[in-house]
Amino acid sequence: MGKEKRIYMRIGVLGILLIALVFAIYSSISKPGLLKVGDEAPNFSLKDREDKNVTLADLKGKTVILNFWGTWCEPCRNEMPALEKIYQKYKSDDVVVIGLNVGEAKLTAEQFIRQVEVTFPIWFDSRKEVTKRYSVGKMPTTYFIDKDGVIRVIKTGEMTERVMEQLLSETKQ
Amino acid sequence: MSDDRKCECGHTNPIGTVLCESCGKPLLMTDAELEEADNFPSMRYEGMARRSKTYSRKLVDKVWNFFSSVKIAVIIIIITLVMASVGTILPQKMYVQVPLLDEQMTRDYYSGTYGLFGDIYYLLGFHEMYNSWWFVTLMAMIGISLVICSLDRIIPLYKALRKPRINQHLAFYRGQRLFIPLPVEGAKELDATMDQTKGWLKKRGYKIFGEGTSILAEKGRISRWGPYINHVGLIVFLLGVLLRGVPAFHIEEFIWVREGQTVSIPGTKLFVKNLEYKTEYYAEDEYVEELGMKEGMVIPKNFQTDVIIYKNENENLPGAEPNLTQVKEGPITVNHPITYQGISLFQLDRREQILGALNFTLIDMDSPDSKEIGEVKIDLFDPSSEIKVGENYVVRILDYFPDYQMGTDNRPQTKGVLPNNPMVAMEIVDTKTNVLERVAYVAGGFVQQNENTPRFQLATHMPDLIDSSGLIVRKDTMLPLILFGAIVSMIGLVMGFYWNHRRIWIHMEAGRIYVAGHTNKNWFGLKQEAKFLMKHLNLSNDLVAVQDKDKKKNT
Repeated sequence: MGKEKRIYMRIGVLGILLIALVFAIYSSISKPGLLKVGDEAPNFSLKDREDKNVTLADLKGKTVILNFWGTWCEPCRNEMPALEKIYQKYKSDDVVVIGLNVGEAKLTAEQFIRQVEVTFPIWFDSRKEVTKRYSVGKMPTTYFIDKDGVIRVIKTGEMTERVMEQLLSETKQ
Repeated sequence: MSDDRKCECGHTNPIGTVLCESCGKPLLMTDAELEEADNFPSMRYEGMARRSKTYSRKLVDKVWNFFSSVKIAVIIIIITLVMASVGTILPQKMYVQVPLLDEQMTRDYYSGTYGLFGDIYYLLGFHEMYNSWWFVTLMAMIGISLVICSLDRIIPLYKALRKPRINQHLAFYRGQRLFIPLPVEGAKELDATMDQTKGWLKKRGYKIFGEGTSILAEKGRISRWGPYINHVGLIVFLLGVLLRGVPAFHIEEFIWVREGQTVSIPGTKLFVKNLEYKTEYYAEDEYVEELGMKEGMVIPKNFQTDVIIYKNENENLPGAEPNLTQVKEGPITVNHPITYQGISLFQLDRREQILGALNFTLIDMDSPDSKEIGEVKIDLFDPSSEIKVGENYVVRILDYFPDYQMGTDNRPQTKGVLPNNPMVAMEIVDTKTNVLERVAYVAGGFVQQNENTPRFQLATHMPDLIDSSGLIVRKDTMLPLILFGAIVSMIGLVMGFYWNHRRIWIHMEAGRIYVAGHTNKNWFGLKQEAKFLMKHLNLSNDLVAVQDKDKKKNT
């Protein structure tokens, strides 16, 4: 085997091994399905309070604040009034707040909505498929999605009105 | 260097050759050095030029040489082993029983449970070690080292063994660990019976190379390929493990499915419905011997979930109503999963006797004839807001708290989604007269609107108790490949362990005959063989025994 040929052989073998190495590292670090800031928000279809089918894609062109909540979650209850205020304040500004109830009976959720007196749309993820797709573990979790349907902020935990304002302005940039 | 390449026999060897490819004379030694039998070079790799030992100027060559070193391979393996064992000191994050939802919680868990050590452990990333980039890099480096080490050795080895060494330089024979110069009379004897000796060797399973006075008898060459076949198997194995990282080839999830519930199988377009879960127990007459069990003690015999698998004909849009067609139906028991298109569901866990629905009988005290109006069933997972009872009664559910408690703000709320302590507020209406009365079911009892003279009453019956199955969803397309790699690796090991590559040379030079031998393992066996050969030639065993002087191990 000539010297030239040998070098190409070695480059070839090392190249293949390098690809395998990069792939190994990539596949171990990347968690498939886990959403990150900058990803497109996956579409989904749920029922709203009137039992109508609604999809996220319907809201394209609007900034969406997607709030995952449950009636049993104390911080969710706490941040509801602030969410309502943001909804009222930016309604005319093409901002939608969606409260996404995680896997509860509609009856249970409805009485909670009456208690906290919110008027923004509530969608019901009764089979928790959307919750799973959006990898929601800790509640509340709020996704801020921009006009183009791209996730700009993923916030876990309770937010104050000021924090919401700030994250919303980050999203709209 | 060019001086070393040309052997005195006239053959030009590649740079780095230790033993002349043609005549087997050590190239890098002076004749004086050769006089010392101990100085003979190692027979490993047959004294061929190894790629990695030659060029090292270019970066490619440097990288190649790095990975072709067995020393480096051993160091990488040791580092990997040490780190892998460090990862077992504290539990990995995935095995922590408490849900750790974010980084802060994780850190608090490790430092809170294990103190400063736990905190350092967390900060160094040891809590998620086996998927960390550096651990994967170590594993991949073992793989790379395997490939390059093998290539670097098997090519020259193949070349050397393809051309059996016959008619070698006397120094080659003299350098062998087994070297027997035959006495002159023995030499004559052998010369006369060469054909017979060849036949004798053949009968013992040797292949004979060479003609006339210089022959090579070789046996068990397969042994030399063993390590490389073993490595190919390991590489296939690693490749299979690597490809498991592709989601299309590997799914491992866990789902809970209640009886009657249909749940999406993660990562697929399939759904599973739990028809029934049951635990079966051994009856007393099934025990082989008296176990002395206390009254009421039981031993489970079978954990079984009967399921239907559906395929969603719609696009898999999360949350959207699926369009299901049944594709399979059957039982799942422990170790006997149900499998559809490579996706298996295993029985792993169960929760039995969960409250599923409340059962009441509605009683109207003012009813003229039968006071019992009818049955009321309240599904605790999906309560309907209105239940018609009898001809003209309706029970409306106003509020439902699956796990009722009084909140800090003195409002009723639920602790969670499971109906551990259901509270149901109802409105019972006689639609004929529009008489309406409210009643709440709380903590197993009732709170009536008309405390003293309630018109409607609910008689409580046994609630529906349902079971829930915990199923593992598993898809492991690469498993056959991994198994194949393991088998190939085993074949390689067997080839290397149970065969040995024996070579016996008989060489005549200047009226004398020399017998030399080499084996890659089992020197005792080779010596026995040599003794048999001596016996065959009617020579003394002592000739071989002399060889037991402590010659350096030139294996």
